[in-house]
Amino acid sequence: MAITQQLKNQHLLWRAGFGIKIEDMELVKTKPTGYFIEDLFKKIKNNPTLIEVSDNAFDGLVKGIGTIINMNKKDLGNAEKRKMQQQNQQALQTLNYNWYATMIDAKDQLTEKMAFFWHGHFACKIINVYYQQLFLETIRNNALGNFGDLLKEVSKSAAMINFLNNQQNRKQHPNENFAREILELFTMGIGNYTEKDIKEAARAFTGWTTSNKGEFKFNAAVHDDGYKEFLHHSGKLDGDDIIDIILKQKETARFIVIKIWKFFVNENIADGEIIDSLTEQFYQSNYNIKALMKTIFTADWFYQAENIGSKIKSPVELLVGIERALPMELENNDMILYLQKAMGQVLFDPPNVAGWPGGKQWIDSSSLFLRMRIPRLITDGEEFVVEPKPNDDILGGQMEENKNKKLIRLAGGKIIRAKLDWNIIYRVFASTKREQLTDAIAEILLQTPKNGFTKSTIESYASKDSRINFVTSTMLNIMSTPEYQLC
Amino acid sequence: MHIRRSTFLKISSFASASFLVPKFLQAADFGQLVPKGNKVLVILQLSGGNDGLNTVIPINNDIYYKERPRIAIKKENALLLNKEAGLHPALKGCYNLFQEGNLAILNNVGYPNPDRSHFRSMDIWQTASESNVYSSTGWIGRYLDAQCKNCNSATALEMDDMLSLALKGVEEKGLSIQDPARLYQSSQDKFFKDIAAAASPSDDNPANYLYKTLRNTLNNAAEILKNSKQYPSLQSYPDTPTGNHLKTIASLIFSQQQTKVYYLSLGSFDTHIAQEGRHAQLLKEIDTAVSAFVQDLKKNHRFEDVLLMSFSEFGRRVAQNASNGTDHGTANNMFFISGGLQKKGLLNNLADLKDLDNGDLKHTIDFKNVYATVLHKWLDADADAILGKQTDRMDFL
Repeated sequence: MAITQQLKNQHLLWRAGFGIKIEDMELVKTKPTGYFIEDLFKKIKNNPTLIEVSDNAFDGLVKGIGTIINMNKKDLGNAEKRKMQQQNQQALQTLNYNWYATMIDAKDQLTEKMAFFWHGHFACKIINVYYQQLFLETIRNNALGNFGDLLKEVSKSAAMINFLNNQQNRKQHPNENFAREILELFTMGIGNYTEKDIKEAARAFTGWTTSNKGEFKFNAAVHDDGYKEFLHHSGKLDGDDIIDIILKQKETARFIVIKIWKFFVNENIADGEIIDSLTEQFYQSNYNIKALMKTIFTADWFYQAENIGSKIKSPVELLVGIERALPMELENNDMILYLQKAMGQVLFDPPNVAGWPGGKQWIDSSSLFLRMRIPRLITDGEEFVVEPKPNDDILGGQMEENKNKKLIRLAGGKIIRAKLDWNIIYRVFASTKREQLTDAIAEILLQTPKNGFTKSTIESYASKDSRINFVTSTMLNIMSTPEYQLC
Repeated sequence: MHIRRSTFLKISSFASASFLVPKFLQAADFGQLVPKGNKVLVILQLSGGNDGLNTVIPINNDIYYKERPRIAIKKENALLLNKEAGLHPALKGCYNLFQEGNLAILNNVGYPNPDRSHFRSMDIWQTASESNVYSSTGWIGRYLDAQCKNCNSATALEMDDMLSLALKGVEEKGLSIQDPARLYQSSQDKFFKDIAAAASPSDDNPANYLYKTLRNTLNNAAEILKNSKQYPSLQSYPDTPTGNHLKTIASLIFSQQQTKVYYLSLGSFDTHIAQEGRHAQLLKEIDTAVSAFVQDLKKNHRFEDVLLMSFSEFGRRVAQNASNGTDHGTANNMFFISGGLQKKGLLNNLADLKDLDNGDLKHTIDFKNVYATVLHKWLDADADAILGKQTDRMDFL
């Protein structure tokens, strides 16, 4: 596949964002890549608009947040408890949908994509919607800022402190969970520290707690202010000291660079020199994320053939990408949660602290079938009968199963109902000659060469009754291919 | 019972003097497509945390009765296994299997540093990892990686819409199938068939992995539907999800050789509130379905080759809660049902309720020993490589 200007532009837009918006097709075909790089960085907002759950139930929840946390039988009756859990669950779904919609519409694509990366990196599985909302704010505000600041804010967030049991980390009974994960998964990676380092770090983090309102609180009464030795530094270290020492280690810069490489460039790690030089830059710049990303997106190697179309889209990337290329209005948002579940990636609900494994792990026989059927489910009104597995951690098994059934019902009898925005699609392709339409659509949608189909295969499945039906059916069919799973 | 004439003729021509009418009427010799000795593992996952202490009941333990004043199973209601233990009254079929020596129960199985989150603990059981390690592959998936490079994904089948982590390897993955007819129906999509057929498998296109998965699914869908109909089980099963799934599994066991592992799960075991009725109902669903399955296997002479193993992500706390339910606990029992067990009955002692960890059982058997035993002795696989460490084998197989 020849690496055209258009392909490079799309590569950038898929990796630095969630793919092209169809109305930008003309720009993507004509502008040089530099134009898009500049545009992406120009649109970065220092404080992106807050994404919040704004329904009445949420206000009630925030007021009752203390009772959620302490969810104590003594304070609350079962019915009340359950009602609160349900409100919380509903609000979490709204938060999920609001961020998902932002990914589709945001002009500042790089911030959302980067936040999506950090959302998987600092994977936090906690059902308290208020904490999750604060946590999202943290990773979006710092998405392209300084990694050290981000790390500290995450470490002091109510979401992470509660998720990794630092509330229970006390001088008398240290809980090592947070200390272990910050080293293993958030910063240095296994092999660069000892079990002793974990124990010492855990001691230093004792007393890091949060108030019921989600504010960080240092509880000196349970803090171990004794002498500690951590990664060859010693003294009466506290949590901030530990994070500073972690940031002094070049292994931390390398670990993050490799993770960013795998997410934004290629699941296979490049030759040592590129990684070395990115590590050096990231470390010397005192962990400037924005500068690192600019180096990546402007490098020649970023646009080499082996990096283009090499990545399997995650379920959220797939769904958001479809909605950006094919503007539509879904009749109900429950379907989004439902599809996220059925494909295995629900925002705010990572499988564990290690995040989503990604890559080939997204694909098995059933998930591939589902992914390939989604575009046509949108328009054909085909029955949709995939029941996601119940999640017993939320609401208890039986209720969750009922909830899945309810989702199917809410989705209008197992059918995705969506209104496509015909006007935009019509306008975008208005000047394309009929005989060039199929190729033009394939070029705008695909990042890999066609393998299992040709222009004539696709055309034989296209609707011929009108130009707009021809265009949309061709788009949907191309989106239903294995090739479209890649970006 | 209606038997097609051609089948009748085929069977009667092979029938010798020992031909017995009653056996014939059970259609016993229909399913000889798969030869004896082809070992099959059926894994039954009880999701939500089955209450092990109310499944295998310590009938003479005062602590049990004291801690569970409202929900303990009374000794006179339990199905007595020996002087110390009894089964939940809903497990009548299992009780019969116990009597005839085809059920083994392993008590107090768990892992160090137990996690009480459903999701996380289930991950630990499915990946067979230590509780502080996050693995993205499952133990059956790694079995597929080790045993069958480029083999058919139907080597491990899960009866579900979504594939569990347990069946995902690095390169190889099992196939999930809720219903053979439905999978076949989706696979008849002409567009998918066309593009799968046209794709060039030798090209180093990155989409190749996806096309391989697609072709595999399409081929298997047709094959599995055909096989499931070739020797349809004639046994009557309860019309429950577990019953229907075991019926499909039975018909596939009789007709296709390539599937070594079947995986199915039943949920709703998270009995925090008023557990008595629901727990009894769930156990009954399993018991009746498994009983029919065993009958079916026996009639078709496959019971010696099939091992059904049950597990749950954790047990419940010893003490009941204020809502007549139980909260998340730790160690639990596992059931093994087969005509080919080397050891039967209660394989070890019941959990010691005097020696608890903050109200929870302390496990005495690591589940990874069970996996190693099953992988090595039943599936003839390199258990240490699959589990990533040397693990002792047990002697029930």
